[in-house]
Amino acid sequence: MSVSPTLSVAEIKDRNKALIEEVLKVYPEKTAKRRAKHLNVHQEGKPDCGVKSNIKSIPGVMTIRGCAYAGSKGVVWGPIKDMIHISHGPVGCGQYSWAARRNYYIGTTGIDTFVTMQFTSDFQEKDIVFGGDKKLAKIMDEIQELFPLNNGITVQSECPIGLIGDDIEAVSKAKSKEYDGKTIVPVRCEGFRGVSQSLGHHIANDAIRDWVFDKIAPDAAPRFEPTPYDVAIIGDYNIGGDAWSSRILLEEMGLRVIAQWSGDGSLAELEATPKAKLNVLHCYRSMNYISRHMEEKYGIPWCEYNFFGPSKIAESLRKIASYFDDKIKEGAEQVIAKYQPLMDAVIAKYRPRLEGKTVMLFVGGLRPRHVIGAYEDLGMEVVGTGYEFGHNDDYQRTAQHYVKDGTLIYDDVTGYEFEKFVEKIQPDLVGSGIKEKYVFQKMGVPFRQMHSWDYSGPYHGYDGFAIFARDMDMAINSPVWKMTKAPWKTEELPLLQAAE
Amino acid sequence: MPQSAEHVLDHFDLFRGPEYQQMLANKKKMFENPRDPAEVERVREWAKTPEYREKNFAREALTVNPAKACQPLGAVFAAVGFEQTIPFVHGSQGCVAYYRSHLSRHFKEPSSCVSSSMTEDAAVFGGLNNMIDGLANTYNMYKPKMIAVSTTCMAEVIGDDLNAFIKTSKEKGSVPAEYDVPFAHTPAFVGSHVTGYDNALKGIIEHFWDGKAGTTAKLERTANDKINFIGGFDGYTVGNMREVKRIFGLMGIDYTILADNSEVFDTPTDGEFRMYDGGTTLEEAADAINAKATISMQEYCTEKTLPLIAAHGQEVAAFNHPIGVSATDKFLMTLSRITGKPIPEELARERGRLVDAVADSSAHIHGKKFAIYGDPDLCLGLAGFLLELGAEPTHVLATNGSKAWAAKVQELFDSSPFGQNCHVYPGKDLWHMRSLLFTEPVDFLIGNTYGKYLERDTGTPLIRIGFPIFDRHHHHRYPVWGYQGGLNVLVWILDRIFESIDATTNVPAKSDYSFDIIR
Repeated sequence: MSVSPTLSVAEIKDRNKALIEEVLKVYPEKTAKRRAKHLNVHQEGKPDCGVKSNIKSIPGVMTIRGCAYAGSKGVVWGPIKDMIHISHGPVGCGQYSWAARRNYYIGTTGIDTFVTMQFTSDFQEKDIVFGGDKKLAKIMDEIQELFPLNNGITVQSECPIGLIGDDIEAVSKAKSKEYDGKTIVPVRCEGFRGVSQSLGHHIANDAIRDWVFDKIAPDAAPRFEPTPYDVAIIGDYNIGGDAWSSRILLEEMGLRVIAQWSGDGSLAELEATPKAKLNVLHCYRSMNYISRHMEEKYGIPWCEYNFFGPSKIAESLRKIASYFDDKIKEGAEQVIAKYQPLMDAVIAKYRPRLEGKTVMLFVGGLRPRHVIGAYEDLGMEVVGTGYEFGHNDDYQRTAQHYVKDGTLIYDDVTGYEFEKFVEKIQPDLVGSGIKEKYVFQKMGVPFRQMHSWDYSGPYHGYDGFAIFARDMDMAINSPVWKMTKAPWKTEELPLLQAAE
Repeated sequence: MPQSAEHVLDHFDLFRGPEYQQMLANKKKMFENPRDPAEVERVREWAKTPEYREKNFAREALTVNPAKACQPLGAVFAAVGFEQTIPFVHGSQGCVAYYRSHLSRHFKEPSSCVSSSMTEDAAVFGGLNNMIDGLANTYNMYKPKMIAVSTTCMAEVIGDDLNAFIKTSKEKGSVPAEYDVPFAHTPAFVGSHVTGYDNALKGIIEHFWDGKAGTTAKLERTANDKINFIGGFDGYTVGNMREVKRIFGLMGIDYTILADNSEVFDTPTDGEFRMYDGGTTLEEAADAINAKATISMQEYCTEKTLPLIAAHGQEVAAFNHPIGVSATDKFLMTLSRITGKPIPEELARERGRLVDAVADSSAHIHGKKFAIYGDPDLCLGLAGFLLELGAEPTHVLATNGSKAWAAKVQELFDSSPFGQNCHVYPGKDLWHMRSLLFTEPVDFLIGNTYGKYLERDTGTPLIRIGFPIFDRHHHHRYPVWGYQGGLNVLVWILDRIFESIDATTNVPAKSDYSFDIIR
């Protein structure tokens, strides 16, 4: 199916450039000019991918992006399991994001754990007209009455809150006081703020800084005895259990994980994190802000890592270990050695079936670059990638550490562009989201959702890589793709086309 | 190490091994500051009590696990039912990502829709420029025949005027002056997705019939013999529309389905992505003014649309998601009365087969208690069917149900001896339902995918009928309307009952005597 392996890098670059020119033709002139800045063919040696990013999506083009609320409630705050997150505003936002992100956790849902529940103020017209602060206060009272074991409350603002001038900070402060200093966090993540989910991450990070960290009494006794090996996992949302299959490796190498941000996380873990000796950061995009803050304020270094695929996992384990003593460094080597036979077996089984297959990605967060190594471990090649809400520092990391010369880069891709790119490049696999999945499957292109792991996972860590490999094989080598054309509808012969 | 290349373990089994169990127990004990397990158990038990129920029902401000979505979702659902039409939602862009995901997760199909991507500056200055640019881009990129505009709550709060904005956009050349851009204001803080469906459909009909926002002459009605049909917001639209078309065909009725999205939500995998497929043509939408009558399968999805149609001189008839024998009888007899076409023998035989199936199986349903939640019309349709099966729809709950709806449900209860101990709950949510299931238990629960949490917590077996259904595949391809549809619903209910019986009688030397081979 792939066409790229037969082309030289120069030919691929020419084709990709021509493709970009071609898709831009569909736009009105002003839009074409703006979109041109988001599309590029990667040149080896450049410090970034040569595209503009983190700027407003163009109206009417079918962007794949979401909003700040999605970034805060859906990503950062939602998985904190022992707090109740109020979707504050009309009913829809909370409804569409209800339990949709597969942030796994352990707990008694509805009693001491609340992740897969939808708490909303369900705004009505009168709330818009008269304001929702009184309702919000009452909601907090009702939460206290009916869910007494909650450990805190967050207010996840939907669009109207910032437009009608509600003072959710005042309500939160007053109620926190009334409930003996209970953690109540107002979050200004209205969907119209910023250009994508990204600002929502930032706002949510800042809310943790202001309403969790800054409320901790400086002389408060730690809940546990610190050790020199305490680390926090930052930016793993435990999708399908990702954080668990990561945590196990860190613990096996001798570290102690004192907090998970935020998959299967708890308020106590957030509060304990300033005691960490190192923050290990998986999703840089959504949680670099709080990592930088902890570095500045508490002097905690942070270290980016990548737990997709054995090559990157080994590299990351060694990198993390380099912050610690020989015991941990040896521990890292032991972990790598322990899993080597498993990795060899996984690769021996799946690589022959996947060797040379091409992939196009369009995802959010860290994945447009982080998963490339895992594909390469399986002999696959990523020929196109782009970020839903990346910034230039994401594209720098991508260019410097991940993509190959000639890779097609598309930032904030539009539905039209993505469809055309895939149609022309004909990759063996597309990895993107639910909105894209069925588009490409209809076209006969194998697809995996790379946000939800297509309801599989975990994909992180060594245990996760086995699942990743199995799933990619399952997608690409499914017999279904041989059946998409009815046998009586044969393709026209090239000869006949030439004769026309 | 539990993982192996030979037998790859994923989340189902991986975390149940001792390595992970130990790790998770340690995490909880050391770092989560967990509640005392006895306290968790106490609260868990307390939350099952009548006392908790009373507090729960006393809630005035908080909504927990509602069974409704917001207006624009319904507007998008209606808009894609027109030929080569793209829904354009004016406001924040994240909303559109949510609607598309939501619909794709239910139908397992692409869902195309665009946003005007309003951000902070638009919040201050209004979204006119977003509309101007957005319409031009959508028109050029996706070559739709029509762009149907609706709004998110952001645009509604700041008061953007769609009519004026579309007019200005046309003046600025975004789309040709005569191009069809119907619109509807669909504030998320009023009603629910069924309201949005109603508003969007009304907007489209008004556009074609009443002079396209003052740009053309209003259409004059010349009555013909056709029938307009409106399905309403319906998770079974794919199966239902096809079944209704088959029935119309059998009866020889000339019809127009308004907002027929049954094709676009069921396109083949054959190498081609069809962004548009099927749908009511724009000509048909305009010509629908001349129809003899309009039938709505869902009264509460067409509360504004039907009066608009009636005001143009047509007879209108509304049903409540008719399911089962007598509801289908009523539907067919109304069709027959309006069109003058007799109900053909083939449908009479189908009716007889459904009655036959009910007679064969009713002993397993008779007297069983059910809780139902869902959209108002679906609740009525399901409750009606249960009553004719001799079952009791003990709790009927619609988060988006009004007082008028509740009165109608009560009327239905009063019409049957099996409805005597049944209650209706308008405006309540699934946390209320949880209390009901604990304090007044029933045998089965009927609802959407989110009912699985209630099934887990209360042990009430769930029969998945409703929207959205995310965790079971392809049921939307089967009709629930018509006698054939009734048969499907009957089978779904029976399957769950039998599964439940088997699952509770399978302990050797304890309950194996009821583990029957023949039922």
